[in-house]
Amino acid sequence: MISYAFRRVLSAIPIVFLTITVCFFILRLAPGGPFDGERALPVNVLKNLRAHYNLDQPILTQFFLYVGGVLRGDFGPSMVMEDFTVSRLLSIGLPFTLMLGFTAFIVGTIAGLVAGALAAVNQNRWPDYLLVFVVLIPLIIPNFLMANLAQLIFGVYLGWLPVGGYRAGSYINLVMPILILAMPHGARVARLVRGSMIEVLGTNYIRTARSKGLGAALILTRHAIKPALLPVVSYLGPGLSYLLTGSLVVEQIFALPGIGKYFITAALNRDYGLVLGTTILYVFIILALNLIVDVLYAWLDPKVRLN
Amino acid sequence: MKFTQVFKAVATAGALALMMVGAASAVTLNLGNGGEPGSLDPHKVSGDWENRIVGEYLEGLVAEDIHADPIPGQAESWTISDDGTVYTFKLRADAKWSDGVDVTAQNFVDAFQRLFDPATAAEYAYLQFPIKNSTKIAAGEITDFSQLGVKAIDDKTLEITLEASTPYFLQALTHYTAYPIRKDIIEKFGDQWTQPGNIVGNGPYNITEWVPGSYVKAVKSDTYYGAADLKIDEIMFENTQDLTAALNRYRAGELDILTDFPSDQYQLLKDQYPGQARVEPFLGVYYYVMNQSKPPLDNVNIRKALSISVLRDVIGPDVLGTGELPAYGWVPPGTGNYDGAAYAPAWSTEPYEQRVEEAKALMAEAGYTPENPLKLQLRYNTNDNHQRIAVAISDMWKQIGVEVELFNAETAVHYDALNAGDFQIGRAGWLLDYNDASNTLDLLKTGVTGTDGTVNWGNNYGRYSNPKYDELMTQASSELDLVKRAGLMHQAEALAMDDFAAIPIYWYVSKNVVSPKITGFEANAKDINRVRWMTKSE
Repeated sequence: MISYAFRRVLSAIPIVFLTITVCFFILRLAPGGPFDGERALPVNVLKNLRAHYNLDQPILTQFFLYVGGVLRGDFGPSMVMEDFTVSRLLSIGLPFTLMLGFTAFIVGTIAGLVAGALAAVNQNRWPDYLLVFVVLIPLIIPNFLMANLAQLIFGVYLGWLPVGGYRAGSYINLVMPILILAMPHGARVARLVRGSMIEVLGTNYIRTARSKGLGAALILTRHAIKPALLPVVSYLGPGLSYLLTGSLVVEQIFALPGIGKYFITAALNRDYGLVLGTTILYVFIILALNLIVDVLYAWLDPKVRLN
Repeated sequence: MKFTQVFKAVATAGALALMMVGAASAVTLNLGNGGEPGSLDPHKVSGDWENRIVGEYLEGLVAEDIHADPIPGQAESWTISDDGTVYTFKLRADAKWSDGVDVTAQNFVDAFQRLFDPATAAEYAYLQFPIKNSTKIAAGEITDFSQLGVKAIDDKTLEITLEASTPYFLQALTHYTAYPIRKDIIEKFGDQWTQPGNIVGNGPYNITEWVPGSYVKAVKSDTYYGAADLKIDEIMFENTQDLTAALNRYRAGELDILTDFPSDQYQLLKDQYPGQARVEPFLGVYYYVMNQSKPPLDNVNIRKALSISVLRDVIGPDVLGTGELPAYGWVPPGTGNYDGAAYAPAWSTEPYEQRVEEAKALMAEAGYTPENPLKLQLRYNTNDNHQRIAVAISDMWKQIGVEVELFNAETAVHYDALNAGDFQIGRAGWLLDYNDASNTLDLLKTGVTGTDGTVNWGNNYGRYSNPKYDELMTQASSELDLVKRAGLMHQAEALAMDDFAAIPIYWYVSKNVVSPKITGFEANAKDINRVRWMTKSE
């Protein structure tokens, strides 16, 4: 297994390099640049700015300068957040995004597992109908609307939770964002668990277990859960990376200091360095998550071999 | 226990409790500041949300009063030479930086040299171009910075020499491009000098925290000469890029001031929070540029037909819902140094049907009818309001024989196309940098031809060019008599508008929401409200 993991890590290198290359050239090919704004800049100011960021060099030189920087761990300056380097912006935002994403992941996954299992065990009875309906809501309503509704109801009308903003150490400010982020994830998990659990509960070996006289709880925990989790586990990797990259809306609406929003705003501002930095970081995260999921999968299902 | 001991214990406890209450009741202003500051360096910032922060931690020679008019700031007094070209400022003896160091004239010399240094690449350096030799230094023609017209006579006396008399120069000095800097701090920390812990200011508040995407926190500066008068102890500049969420935060009492709100929530604010939404005239014009370097918009009659067939009266009240006033001229009402009647073309008072008939006739003359329409592309940067206006106006143009293709793009792409002249009609807007009519009128001057023969059109995206206009603006810039100067600029404005150099649509408004707890927030045409004038009651 260790040699498998090692090979996977090695294969990540060309993937990262390819990502940097494609991203770098697509960005430069896109019309507009980091200094195109509401006002035209004086010619010599523009010239100096471009020189400062090496944008006056031939594009291949720029590319090698950038790759050389990345190899030394230097992602260069941000062209829009001028007082920060890309590394510093990411180092401020990443811990927060990871914390927000992982918490939402855990909350959503647990809630989804419980809801899905409950629905499956009670198939075609009222708890099933109710859960299936509730689970549909966060899948249908987009999260910006959900966030606004939650702000109005729990913040403005009921006054139970802060509407937005961030204060270091104030966890109450994170309750609403985490729930909003967790809900669609939990809903997807619940649907998967319900489906696969119903399938597992109908298999012959479960019937055999029942006929041996095993209790329902024992059947569920010892025999049904593990196989029922297989499709869920294969979803958890992409699900978590979605939570980590998809926090844009939640970060913006609740004014939180994560990196999710850089993914979009930096691209719109043509902040070349920040777009590339964020992308490289996410490529690493996604590759790592996929690796973890694959290893986990092999552990859950002996039929899968890591070769 | 003796009585005195008990008394002492109670008194001590009471005093402690009082101290704790005192500490807990620090007055915090929660300001919905809009965007995320890209920088706090006065030579790099450009947005109003950045100005709100920078203008609290730094102060120039001249500061802004409650109405944003110039008042003595770091300079307690000044004299101006008779020909209006030499300003001598006397700095306050008690002007100090937040680390206790005295503010000296040299800090201003350093700041202006850095502002014009080509290596700084300061976007807004041109605002201080009235200063002698500044243009040449910025262009790299003069490399000896000591030739700049800013000199320290002694520690507390600063002399600024201008190229020519400039009536709005004191106004320009309130701008952040004229704030002092600490050269030693910048040299010590480099690009990181604006980070909390490194940053040093001379204004009423100190930056203590900066959490990108969330907030910037500033705390009252004890070394500020007016510290005793400050009623707000702390300012939280909250990132409120999502306007709907910001309004929710305001409604829950988390924010005291919003500096913008969604137009479609104006009615709700008026109904449920009467008097708190403040929509006021703001020095700026929203307009469409027409590319006059190519057919068909090089034809003045087509430009006229397009302009007169825009029913501006419905844009503010109905399309936007916030009541912006219709614009027919180029200089916003209330702009400084611009005495005289506002430009109002004869057609602006004609009934709309008559204007449409006239426009139809002009289009027919050029060979276009609703059956055989002129096809034009209208570009705007992606935004709900820009889209609504574009849809409304393209509908108005349909009846005169113009078929509009709407094309939206993100901001960088949009302005890239306007700069390159790669458009037919494009949406644009101009907010005045300082309160003087020349600031908008300069937009329509002919581009400058460079040494390589290319013309730099600057912000004149439509490439309007009229030698008479350029001549009038040149005359105005050297005219010392303010009334005569205003007269020349009025002539220029009328000339350009009669040429249909652009299609002004409405005058901007500022849209603030101010809690009844806050006093000292006075509406003004520049929409600058410094916290030092505000108080907050619980």
